[in-house]
Amino acid sequence: MPETLARDDVHELKFRDPVKARALTAAIERVLDEIGRDRVSVMHVCGSHEQSIAKFGLRSALPRRLSVIMGPGCPVCVTDMPEVDEAVALALDGKVVATYGDMLKVPGTAMSLAEAEAQGGRVEVVYSASQAIDLARGTDDEVVFFASGFETTAVATAAVVLEEDMPANFSVLSAHKYIPPVMEIVAEMPGTNVEGFLAAGHAATITGSAIFERFVERHGIPVVVAGFEPLDILAGLLKLVELIRDGSAAVANTFPRCVTAEGNLVAQERLWRVFRATGGNWRGIAHVPNGNLRLRDEFAGVDARRRFAIDLTPLWGHAPTTLLQSCICGDIMAGVAAPTDCDLFGKECLPGNPVGACMVSNEGTCKIWHQYGGHPEL
Amino acid sequence: MSHASIETRRANGAMPRRPQERIVTLMHGAGGRAMRALVQDTLAAGFPAGAPWAVGLEAMDDGAAIPLADGWLVVTTDSHVVHPWEFPGGDIGRLSISGTVNDLAMMGATEPLGLTSAIVVEEGFALADLERVQSSMTTACLEAGATVVTGDTKVMGRGELDGIVINTTGVALARSVVRDSGLVPGDRIVMTGTIGDHGIALMAARHGLDFDGGLASDVAPINRLVRLALDAAPGAVRAMKDPTRGGVASALHEMAEKSGVGIVVEAERIPVSPAVRSAAEILGLDPFHIANEGKAILGVAAQAADAVLAALRSHPRGADAAIVGECIDRQVGRVILDTGFGRRLVTEPEGEPLPRIC
Repeated sequence: MPETLARDDVHELKFRDPVKARALTAAIERVLDEIGRDRVSVMHVCGSHEQSIAKFGLRSALPRRLSVIMGPGCPVCVTDMPEVDEAVALALDGKVVATYGDMLKVPGTAMSLAEAEAQGGRVEVVYSASQAIDLARGTDDEVVFFASGFETTAVATAAVVLEEDMPANFSVLSAHKYIPPVMEIVAEMPGTNVEGFLAAGHAATITGSAIFERFVERHGIPVVVAGFEPLDILAGLLKLVELIRDGSAAVANTFPRCVTAEGNLVAQERLWRVFRATGGNWRGIAHVPNGNLRLRDEFAGVDARRRFAIDLTPLWGHAPTTLLQSCICGDIMAGVAAPTDCDLFGKECLPGNPVGACMVSNEGTCKIWHQYGGHPEL
Repeated sequence: MSHASIETRRANGAMPRRPQERIVTLMHGAGGRAMRALVQDTLAAGFPAGAPWAVGLEAMDDGAAIPLADGWLVVTTDSHVVHPWEFPGGDIGRLSISGTVNDLAMMGATEPLGLTSAIVVEEGFALADLERVQSSMTTACLEAGATVVTGDTKVMGRGELDGIVINTTGVALARSVVRDSGLVPGDRIVMTGTIGDHGIALMAARHGLDFDGGLASDVAPINRLVRLALDAAPGAVRAMKDPTRGGVASALHEMAEKSGVGIVVEAERIPVSPAVRSAAEILGLDPFHIANEGKAILGVAAQAADAVLAALRSHPRGADAAIVGECIDRQVGRVILDTGFGRRLVTEPEGEPLPRIC
C-alpha cells in the first residue's frame, strides 16, 4: 500500500528522521544552556539552507534564543542593478539573452528582463549553461548567457566556456559571485553580532572546507560546513553552538560524505582558468572586494562585456520606482533585519509582483518566508 | 528551438508584463488565488443575483444547486484543455467526463442524470485520435454510471487552437448538498488517496522525463467512492473539495477560508506514492501544489471519521485513503503542515509550478 510505502520511504531517507531531529534539537538546547546567554546569533549564507529550514519547519523546533539568520546567500538577490541593466540593454538590442528563470523578474534600474521581453526584447529561460549553448547552436543570432550563481554554478559556466566546439555566436555576461569574500564583509558589519557561520555544503564540495581556515583565523569566528537535509542542518548547528560554547574559532566539516578539506581540484582549476575574482557591488550589501567573478582576458572573445559595446544610457532616463526606496533587502541580506521588519513585505511586495530582489528568487529570504511563514507561532 | 525551451516559454508566460497593463496571464489559469480573484472580480461580477436560497455563482463552489421539492438539482460545467492531450494514465476524453462527474460528486450529487459534451477540435486532428478520445469518454461514463445526452461540435482552423478542447456540463439530483464551506473546528481532514499523481505524470511527460514508468495520472470518476463515504455516516461529511489545479494546497486554503477555520495536516500521514515523492523531489516540486484528477478531500465530523475512512478503503479507488489532519479554531484561513520536525505554513502555488531551475 502506498501509504505504508510512503512511510517506509520517509525512514529510508535517513537524514530526515524526526526522532533523530528531536534528539539534535535537545542537544542544541543543552549547549545553549551551557552558554547561558539569552541570544546566540549564527548566520548561514545559502538559499538552499533557508529553503530546507523553512520547508521542514526547523525554525519552529529550534530554541527561540538561537537566532539563525540568512545572510547574502542568494546569488540572484545580490545581482546588482547595473548587471541587470546590461542584460536588459542586450535583450533590447536584439541579442538573445539566455538566463535562469529566477533572473527574469529581478528589478534593474529601468526594468527587469521580463519587462524588457514585454517590450520586444529577446529573453530565453534555460536550466543550464549547456542548454544556453544548445540554443546558440540552433540559431545564427547572437546568444548571450546571462550567468548568475555562486562558485558552484560558475564551475558549470566555466565548463562550457572551455568547450572546444563552442559556437561563434555564443557569449557570457557573467554576474557570478564568490562567497568567501562577502563573509568577511558581513562579519565586520556593525550590528550583525554573528558568532558563527554555517557554510554551504554544495559550494564547499568545490572549494573544500579548508578555504575557510583563513577567515576563521582573521575573524575569530567558527565556520561549520553543513549539508541540506534536516539532520545535516541540525547537526551543523549543534557543532556550531558547541564551538561557540568552547570559544573555539575553528573550521568543522559536518558534511564529510560530500566535502573534503581540499575540495574538487579539477573544478577549481577550471573555475580559476576561466574566471578571476574582482571587486564589485552586491545589491543592497556593499562593495565586495574579490566578490565578483569575471572572465579572464584570454576569454575576451566570449565575454559579452568586451564583445559588445553595451550602451546603458537609454535606460538611465528611467528612475527606479519610489517603492524600491523603502525596500530593506540589503539589511535583510546583511542579517540585521528580518522580512517582517519591512513595511512592504506581504503587502506591496509579493512573489507575483516583487519590489526587492529577495522576493524574486526561490532562494530569497522574503520569498521563502512568504511561502512558509518564516518564524511562526503555529 | 528545442522542444524543452518552447515548453519553458509557455510556462513563463505567467511572468508579469508592465505593471500598468492589466492582461490575463497563465497564472490566472493555475487554480490559485489569482484565478479566484479573476473570477470573483471580473468574470462572475455583474450577473443578476440568483434566487437567495440556491448555491449560486457567489458561493464559488464546485457547482450550483437549486432546491426542488425533496432534494436539490446540481449543475456544473468544466472546459478541459490539457497538453499533451494523451498522457500516462489517461487522455482528455477521460478527463472531461471525470472532471465534471467529480465536481457534481463534490456537491453530494453522485448520480449524474446526464452530461453534455461540447467539442472544439483543430483542423488536422487525426480522426483515429478523435475516436480514441470518444472511446475514453465512453469508458469513463461506464465507470461513473453516467452518459452524454447532448452535445455540440466545432472545428477551428489549423493553428487557431492547440488540438482539442472539450467542455462538459453535468446535471444531477442530490438528497442533500455538501458545500466546501462546512468545516467546523475538530473535524477531521480525510484524503481519498495518494496526491500529486496527475500533475507529476503530466509534467514528466511534457519534459520527456522517464521515471521507470512509475508515474500515471489518477484521472477517474470517483462519484461512487464518494457515495460510499456519504452513506457511511449520513450528515457527517461536512465539506468536500476535489484538489485539481492548485493541488491540495489551494483546496485546503479555500475550505479553511470559506469555513472560517484553520487546518493542520501531518506530513507523515499524507499518502504520496514513492514514484511521485521521488519525481517531485528531483523536479523541486511540492506534491501539495500538484493537480489531482481522481481524489477528494473530505471534512468529516470527528466521531464519524473512522467509519468514513473504512467505507473509502473498501473501494479500490479509496484503498490508500487516510485521515491526515484536523480543523482548529485558531489560525483561521491558514493551512499548517506538521513536518515531523516542526510546523510551517502551506501556501498556495503562484502560477504553474515550474521544475527547479538550479
